[in-house]
Amino acid sequence: MTRYTICAAALTAAITGSALSAEPANPEQRLRNVEQRLDRIESAPAPAALPANPTSSPSSFNPAISVILSGIYTNLSQDPANFRITGFPVPDGVDIGPGQRGFSLAESELAISGNIDPYFYGLLTFSIHPDDTTSTEEAFIQTIALSNGFTAKGGRFFSSIGYLNAQHAHTWDFVDAPLAYQAFLGTQFGDDGVQLKWLAPTDLFLEFGAEIGRGRPFPGTDRDKNGSGAGTVFAHVGGDVGVSQSWRAGLSMLRTGPRDREFADTDINGNAVTNAFSGDARVGIVDFVWKYAPNGNPTYTNFKLQAEYLRRRESGDLTFDIDTNDGNPHVAQLAPFDSKQSGWYLQGVYQFMPYWRIGLRTEKLNPGSFSAAANDVNLVPRDFSPTKNTVMVDYNPSEFSRIRLQYARDESRQGLPDKQWWLQYQMSLGAHGAHQF
Amino acid sequence: MKKFLSAVVAIAALASAQPAAALEVFACEPEWGALVQELGGDRVSVYVATTAFQDPHRIQAKPSLLARARRANLVVCTGAELEIGWLPVVLRQSGNSAVQPNQPGYFEAADYVQRLEVPTVLDRAAGDVHAAGNPHIQTDPRNIARVATALAKRLADIDRANAALYETRYRDFAKRWDAAIQRWTAQAAALQGAPIIVHHKAFSYLENWLGLRELATLEPKPSVEPTSTHLAEVLDMVKRQPAKMIVRSVYNDARASEYLAERTNIPIVVVPFTVGGSERAKDLFGLFDDTVQRLMDARG
Repeated sequence: MTRYTICAAALTAAITGSALSAEPANPEQRLRNVEQRLDRIESAPAPAALPANPTSSPSSFNPAISVILSGIYTNLSQDPANFRITGFPVPDGVDIGPGQRGFSLAESELAISGNIDPYFYGLLTFSIHPDDTTSTEEAFIQTIALSNGFTAKGGRFFSSIGYLNAQHAHTWDFVDAPLAYQAFLGTQFGDDGVQLKWLAPTDLFLEFGAEIGRGRPFPGTDRDKNGSGAGTVFAHVGGDVGVSQSWRAGLSMLRTGPRDREFADTDINGNAVTNAFSGDARVGIVDFVWKYAPNGNPTYTNFKLQAEYLRRRESGDLTFDIDTNDGNPHVAQLAPFDSKQSGWYLQGVYQFMPYWRIGLRTEKLNPGSFSAAANDVNLVPRDFSPTKNTVMVDYNPSEFSRIRLQYARDESRQGLPDKQWWLQYQMSLGAHGAHQF
Repeated sequence: MKKFLSAVVAIAALASAQPAAALEVFACEPEWGALVQELGGDRVSVYVATTAFQDPHRIQAKPSLLARARRANLVVCTGAELEIGWLPVVLRQSGNSAVQPNQPGYFEAADYVQRLEVPTVLDRAAGDVHAAGNPHIQTDPRNIARVATALAKRLADIDRANAALYETRYRDFAKRWDAAIQRWTAQAAALQGAPIIVHHKAFSYLENWLGLRELATLEPKPSVEPTSTHLAEVLDMVKRQPAKMIVRSVYNDARASEYLAERTNIPIVVVPFTVGGSERAKDLFGLFDDTVQRLMDARG
């Protein structure tokens, strides 16, 4: 109605206007004049911001909901039940290795997020695992009202150490996490705690942050105590080189104090034993990522190079062959233990035409050295360097779907090279995903 | 750890003590960067997050954007979900409360124009559709005028000390822009009703302004790259219903339009699409001077 009135008024105005001014004889010219006047009126500022008809219903405050659906077919030449990374033992229940053979659901997710009020943002991610269990992957609140570059976060979240650690599995460029992440962080370090980040007011991206948390996940252990069980500090620097290149580099440190962290191992005679470590665990990470897209437009072709180096130092006490209450005699010898180990991966992913990407990853762990005092005679000397080479190709019909084929030759078990094939789909539905760097 | 933290606090204190020289504006797209420059002159320091050679939808929340958003007094973007993949992430991680959505420091241009092609059914089976309608509003200069009005008010709100300056500059710009719209509209009058083919559904507002008729898109669905099957269909259609020109923006791949042009002798028009998209499109006036010129040249 209003629109018609305005139109009618406009027409009248335009026509009277042209009647008053010197009238061109040519009717076409006259019509054009009227049209031009109409256009001018139309291009006049809109009376007010056009509101988007908010309807009052309880559901209009529904948060953003997104679902990640992922499934996988796995073909392994070795039995995944005895997967281990030789020289890098982790406790039972730490999620490492290639997963199960045959068809299975891969990590599928339900994420709910939104602004809570003008001060906080919140996110909850449930993860559905292949064995039909679910876990709370992330559940945190984050400030949006702090200034001067500060952001605080609290709850359960993936730590911002390293480059890959904070990223959800469905955004990885390969099916699985690098060996170094599996060996030193139990695939991904996500703890319950708080984080404070500060972004510097410089053109160069410069970010510092620190976290403290419960310290429950590997390499820590859960403990019943006040205070914190794990802490991290990290610094990131990054920027652009011209319009076609962007980069980010980072330096992080995780420190935690596991108590009686039990893990299966073999003794010098090849017998299965359970050992336990208590002490101080520190993981340092250096990460670097570089992205290239012609003119900064990644739609047709782009390239991503990524590398991380992880180094772990653990010092404390190791109890060799603890009593597992199985009725057998155990040595249960406690002695000082000090270990230094490291690992790295280097990967490149190239989108060579729209929808299609190919990726290569090479990685290696360095067993390093340890001194175990009285337990030196019991423990197997570390002289094996696990390696793995991976190639993948994926097809992305849209920014919401991906189908990936991956092959890896995994030599993380001494003497048992594993040929691993995967065919995987990863799709997201619902709220638009974030284009993280 | 303690040393590290105290260093952080010390740097933060130093940094926040510096007075702001000019109003720092973070513009998502070049057209809004250019508009802010027109309205703010020396009073604004503009950072433009994307170039004309980039699809503003497919940007990542890269470090350089975070660093710039952190210092911004005002963020000016298209909105209508064009930047939905990266802008929310950038703003949330910027540690800058002034530019969060619903704050005066956050401005979405699409709020101030009548949006076209607002879908009644939201289903991604239809491609990458935007719930808020077609976001490519800058291809109609009348939209620029509407946005300019709102943006000038916003600049004055944020930087009250210079409100008079923004008002004066706005009046001057609006006068020049109005005259320019008349000139372009008159120049392009002959395009009224001209049938065209477009690469991506990015020109709906341009078509609406000049009365161009869109016969087909080279993309089978929004943001789905042209397929040979679909191109064959378009080719078939063109034989029955000839088109005057094939229009694409600089960041679209040339192959699909070239394929069609070779087989039909229909000229290709690569429009600058935004400021910086061609040699002549140095500012907003150049953008439309060049766009109209190219369309008219192709019409022959």
